Amino acid sequence: MTQTNSAMERILLGDNQFFGVNHMSEEKARAQSIRFQDDRSIIEVLDIAYDAGIRVFMCTTHERVAAICDHVRGNPERYKDFQFFPCMPYAHKYADAVTEHGMIGALKRFLPEQGALNALFKGGMSVATKDMEGIAQLLIDAEMKMFAGLSTPVIFLQNVVTDLLLGLGFGTAFRMFADHVIQRYGAEPGFITMNMPHLLDVLEEVGISNPIICANINKIGFRMCGGVKRYEETIATRNFRPVAMSVLASGAIPPREAIAYVCGQRAIRSIVFGASSRANIVETKRLIDEMSYGG
Amino acid sequence: MIRLALIGLGKMGISHLAIVNSHPDVRLVAVCDTNAYVSSTLNKYTGIKVFTDYRQVLAAGNLDAVIIATPPRFHGEMVRAALDQHLHVFCEKPFCLNADEGAELAALAKDRGLVNQVGYHCRFVGAFKEAKRLVTAGTLGRVHHVRAESYGPVVLRPKGASWRAQRTEGGGCLYDYASHAIDLVTYLVGTPDRVSGTVLNRIFSQDVEDEVYTTLYFPDGMTGQLSSNWSDESYRKLSTKMTIWGTNGRLTVDRQEVQLFLRDNVVGNPALKLGWNVLYTTELTDEVWYYLRGEEYSAQIDHFIRCIETKQTETISSFASAVETDQIVSMIVEDSGVARNSATKRGPHQERAVPRKKGIFRRVRALLA
Repeated sequence: MTQTNSAMERILLGDNQFFGVNHMSEEKARAQSIRFQDDRSIIEVLDIAYDAGIRVFMCTTHERVAAICDHVRGNPERYKDFQFFPCMPYAHKYADAVTEHGMIGALKRFLPEQGALNALFKGGMSVATKDMEGIAQLLIDAEMKMFAGLSTPVIFLQNVVTDLLLGLGFGTAFRMFADHVIQRYGAEPGFITMNMPHLLDVLEEVGISNPIICANINKIGFRMCGGVKRYEETIATRNFRPVAMSVLASGAIPPREAIAYVCGQRAIRSIVFGASSRANIVETKRLIDEMSYGG
Repeated sequence: MIRLALIGLGKMGISHLAIVNSHPDVRLVAVCDTNAYVSSTLNKYTGIKVFTDYRQVLAAGNLDAVIIATPPRFHGEMVRAALDQHLHVFCEKPFCLNADEGAELAALAKDRGLVNQVGYHCRFVGAFKEAKRLVTAGTLGRVHHVRAESYGPVVLRPKGASWRAQRTEGGGCLYDYASHAIDLVTYLVGTPDRVSGTVLNRIFSQDVEDEVYTTLYFPDGMTGQLSSNWSDESYRKLSTKMTIWGTNGRLTVDRQEVQLFLRDNVVGNPALKLGWNVLYTTELTDEVWYYLRGEEYSAQIDHFIRCIETKQTETISSFASAVETDQIVSMIVEDSGVARNSATKRGPHQERAVPRKKGIFRRVRALLA
């Protein structure tokens, strides 16, 4: 399979900070949850980033993102160049449902119950025949509903699901995801992982060439399975489009040093970071620009 | 290569499956789940050999080890069957609903020289490991009080059909959530020999408690408090936190960080200083070969495999240590009855998870109604 090789934006704004995800401190995570409990406060940060030239919001399909989508849809002029890179699924939603309803009960809950008859039929048939491709397509469509009418040039599979499928040896699922994202949404598939070198091998095996892979890439090797050296070699020598996340390793590395490390690896296409204040957003953008293009 | 089978394809089972399946020293021989739909779908897409009866898997005779990740009610029977086949066993938590049965199985595994482990994964979290190291080194001086807490969003509505909603299956906040905090108590500071003032309250559940509170008493005079609530969605996921007070300071630890306040002396690590010290997960976490949801899940399986390879039967989270947790759970259940009977005053809205016997007055009123 050959995929389009469109130019990806250099800097992407992530969403962990909005939804109380912080790998360093529960207290900090809670403070962020409180700060961002109004959608308005998230939009204010997105506006700061957008005005600073960061046009991509890489976000989970958290239910609160739906309100952000509504806002962007409602102001097409203001957000003319705004792009979403959805990351699906919001895994806690599914994990909690499995805890509460068991495996099959959870699956039933997320397949469409009403609406288009064919979805109902397709869902029922897919479950009956154990047709994972059919089920996966319905789940992807359900997650994508909130982005209707918006620009979503890259659609990511979240790391919990990517890495679970990788571990199970269910590589064909990546192909199912990629095919549906390309055919139904005209988008490029992306894969988030904590196991980048291994994932790249498997994606190539199932015929996904030059894939977009988002992984932790940081100087101290935090959550980089295979180790820093293997990551550096893979990035330098193999054909894929790396997106670096957790560049600061949740704050363990000072910003200038952290960004210098990532920008020093020329094959890295994009950098995703989460920030909440104008000062941090503008400074991080400035550092990446300076080290990517010489300021 | 360790030849391994896995029984139970629920949330933890699937997660363990992905981890063992990618472990370089493991050959996954078969998996088993009574739900033929789940197991045959897995077979269709991954080619993994599947069974619906665990006895068939154990009888195959070509195994070294088994992972048991079924609902807790089945643990006792399955663990015994596996030990009878001379297999090394990793069993999900809680270990056994009957602590005496658990003790018997721990003794059996020891007698046979088999590696035995229970899935209390917090023992493999970098921050909790560091806390253990500091407490053992005497950093806090004489420890006199511990607070063990676990909160999270499991039951948020008055419904739920899975085994977690049924006491007889091993469901409830005590077995599912509080057990992690209790296990960390035994791991970090030792085992209480008495509990008192237990509260097991329902909030939304019909058959099980949603919150657990009790006071722990240790043989050396140390005390502790346990507080657990699985109906708290202000926590994004299970959050377990321990606070330990000693004569030389205080330590607070969760899966992200260790916060340590030292009063007089620096013991256990020359890099520490008087006053506040904060150690983060990024510096405390060892790399794993494969990551899914948290390093600790991979690390505990890797520990199990390494122990088999090196014939080391004392694991970091052994049957014996899990039995201690089960015994504390039993004491808490027993005390909830005692506490109920001795309580002198109770608010009008409190409900008890353990059904109360009707008093004479209530029975008469019920007859007249």
